[in-house]
Amino acid sequence: MPTEPTPPRTGRLWRNTLTIYAKELRDALRDRRTLISMIVVPTLVMPVIMLVAGTVATRIVRKAQAEASPIAILAGADSAAVVAELRADSRFRVVETPDYRGAIADKRIRAAVAIPAGFEGALARGEPATVTLYHYESELRSGMGVGALEDFFRQLRDRTVERRLVAQGLPAALVRPFAVKRENVAPPEKVGGNLVGGFIPYLIILLCFAGAMYPAMDLTAGEKERGTLETLLCSPVPRTAIVLGKFLTVLTASLTTMLCSFLSMAGSFVVGTRMLLGPGGAALPGHAMPAIDPLGVAGVVALIVPVAVLFSALLLGLSLLARTMKEAQSYVSPLVLVIILPAMMGMLPGVELDAKLALVPILNLSLACKEMLSGVWHWHYIALIFASTVVYAAAALAGAVALFRREAVLFRT
Amino acid sequence: MIEARQLTKVFRDRKRGAIRAVDALSLRCAPGRIYGLLGANGAGKTTALRLLATLLQPTSGTAAVAGYEVTEAPQRVREQVGFLAASTALYGRLTAREMVCYFGRLHGLPEAELAGRLQRLADELEMHAFLDRRCDALSTGMKQKTSIARTLIHDPAVMIFDEPTLGLDVMAARAIVQFVRRCRDRGKTVIYSTHVMSEVEKLCDTVGIIHNGRLVAEGTLEELRGRFGERDMEEIFVKAVGGEAEHHAD
Repeated sequence: MPTEPTPPRTGRLWRNTLTIYAKELRDALRDRRTLISMIVVPTLVMPVIMLVAGTVATRIVRKAQAEASPIAILAGADSAAVVAELRADSRFRVVETPDYRGAIADKRIRAAVAIPAGFEGALARGEPATVTLYHYESELRSGMGVGALEDFFRQLRDRTVERRLVAQGLPAALVRPFAVKRENVAPPEKVGGNLVGGFIPYLIILLCFAGAMYPAMDLTAGEKERGTLETLLCSPVPRTAIVLGKFLTVLTASLTTMLCSFLSMAGSFVVGTRMLLGPGGAALPGHAMPAIDPLGVAGVVALIVPVAVLFSALLLGLSLLARTMKEAQSYVSPLVLVIILPAMMGMLPGVELDAKLALVPILNLSLACKEMLSGVWHWHYIALIFASTVVYAAAALAGAVALFRREAVLFRT
Repeated sequence: MIEARQLTKVFRDRKRGAIRAVDALSLRCAPGRIYGLLGANGAGKTTALRLLATLLQPTSGTAAVAGYEVTEAPQRVREQVGFLAASTALYGRLTAREMVCYFGRLHGLPEAELAGRLQRLADELEMHAFLDRRCDALSTGMKQKTSIARTLIHDPAVMIFDEPTLGLDVMAARAIVQFVRRCRDRGKTVIYSTHVMSEVEKLCDTVGIIHNGRLVAEGTLEELRGRFGERDMEEIFVKAVGGEAEHHAD
C-alpha cells in the first residue's frame, strides 16, 4: 500500500501558495467592496475629510479672530473712563445684559468684566483693586474674548505703573530691568514630528487593521458561507499553502490600504498647509513651516510591516472561527477597541518608550513612530520592537495555520 | 477502487455529547462501478463521503482510495479524487475558464496540458459559450457543468458525488445522471450518495443503505429486491431502516 512518501516539498508548497495568492488577489480586485475599503476610502475619503475639516476649522477660527468679541461690562458710574476706553476698543462690542453668566453659557457674549466700585479712584490713589473676568473654560470664542480683555487690562496696568513712576520722577524701565524673548531652535521636522508624530502612527495602525478586516473575513467566513472553502479543501494542496496564500492576500490589502492612505495623507498635508497657511507657512509668523523627516517615514513603514503581518494573521484566524460574514463581524469588531486603546496611549503626552513598553504590541509601534518622525532614533528599542513584533506575528500566523488544520473549525455547523 | 474498513467518525458536541455520525462503515467499490449510498437526511452520507475525500479524518477505521490510505496519505488521495457536492460551490468572481484552470494548477498540471484538457472538457460539456463569463452570472445548468469540469480537470480515478442533484431542476439533474454514467463507462470508481430513490434505481450497480451512521443493507438492486421481497426501492429502503427511518424519510 503506497503511503505519503515525504512531507510536501518547499518548492511545491510555495508554488501552491503563489497559485492561491494570485487567484485570491484577482478575486479581491474584482470585488467592489474590497476595492472601496482598500483603495478608494484611504486614497480619497481621508484627504477629503482632512481638507474639509481643516478648511472649516480654519475659517471658523479666522472668523472668530476677526470679529469683535461681544462682552458685558459690570461697572459703576465711577469707572466711566475705563468703560469708555473698552467701548472704543475695536476688539470689543459691548452688550447690555443683566444675566451675564447665562449670556456667556448661551454664547450670546464671549466674556464679561466686573470692575469694582471706585476702581478709577483706587487707581488714582494707588490703592489695590481687583478686576474679575468671567469666561467659559475650554470654549474657543470665550477664550478669545477673555484673552483680549486680559490684554486690555494688562496694558492699562502697564500704563498706570508708567504714570506712577514718571510722577515719582523715576524711569519707566525701572520695573523692566531686562527683556525676555523666545527663539525656536527646533528644526522644522522636529516641530512637524511633535505636531503629527502622535497622530500619524495612530491613524496608520487603524488603517492597517481596517484594510485587513474585510478581506480576512471574506476569505474565511465568507468562503464558508458561499461553500467555496469546501471546494478548495478538495484539492490536494496542503492546508499550510491555503493559509499562506490567503494570508498574503490579506497582508497585501492591509499594506495597500496603509500605503494609499499614507501617500494621500502626505499629499493632502502638503497641499492643505499651502492652501490654509499660504506658501512657506506665512500665516504662522515666527514659526517654522512644519516638516516630516523622510527617514522617519521610512522607519515607520518598516516597523508597520510586522504589525500588518500580526493583524492579518490574527484577523484570518479569528474570522475562520465564524460560519458567516455576520458572525465574523461580531468577532472582529470588538478587536478594533483592543487595537485603538494602545494606539491612543501612544498619543498621550508623557508616555515615553522604554524597554518594557517596547514589548507591548501596537503601543510600542505608536511610541517608536512618534520618536522616529521627530528624528529621534533609539536603535536598541527599535530592534526590540521589530523582533518582538516579528515573534508575535509568527505566533499569530502559526495559530492561523493550526486553526486551518482543525476540522471542527473548518466544518463548523 | 474504494475500500472502507470499519470507518468511524465521532463528533463531540457540548450539548449532545459524542455523536457517531459514521459507525464502523465498511464498503467496497471497484473501478467501472457505481456504488450508491442511500440514506435519509442526517444518516451520515455526507460525513462518510467527506471521510473518503479526506476532508475529515476518521476517529477509527480507515479506507483505501485509489490505492492510498486516507489516514496516511490524504494529499495523494485528493490527487486521485474528484469530489462534487451540492455544498461545493464556484468562485463567483472567477470566469468558468479561470475556475477550472485554478483547480488544474492546484493539482499541479503544467499549463500546456491544462489548456488541452480544458479544451476537451469544454467540447464534451458544451461550455464554450460561457467559458469566459463569471460564475455568478451563469445559470444553474452552466454552473453544474463548470463544477463537473472542475472535478474532472485532473482526470481522477475516483469520483465522489454527494447529493449532486440537490436543488437542481429536472434537466440539470438529468445531465448529472448522464455524466455519472459516463464516468462509470470510462472505468472510474464512482460513489454516489442520494436520498432520491429513482436515481439509485437508474444508476447504481451496488446500493448501500445507511442509517444512523451504520450500513444496514448492501447489495445489487436485484439482491436487495430478493432479500426484502419488494420491487420498489422506497419500500426496500423503509424495510431496511425500520420504523424509525420512516419518520426520518417523511
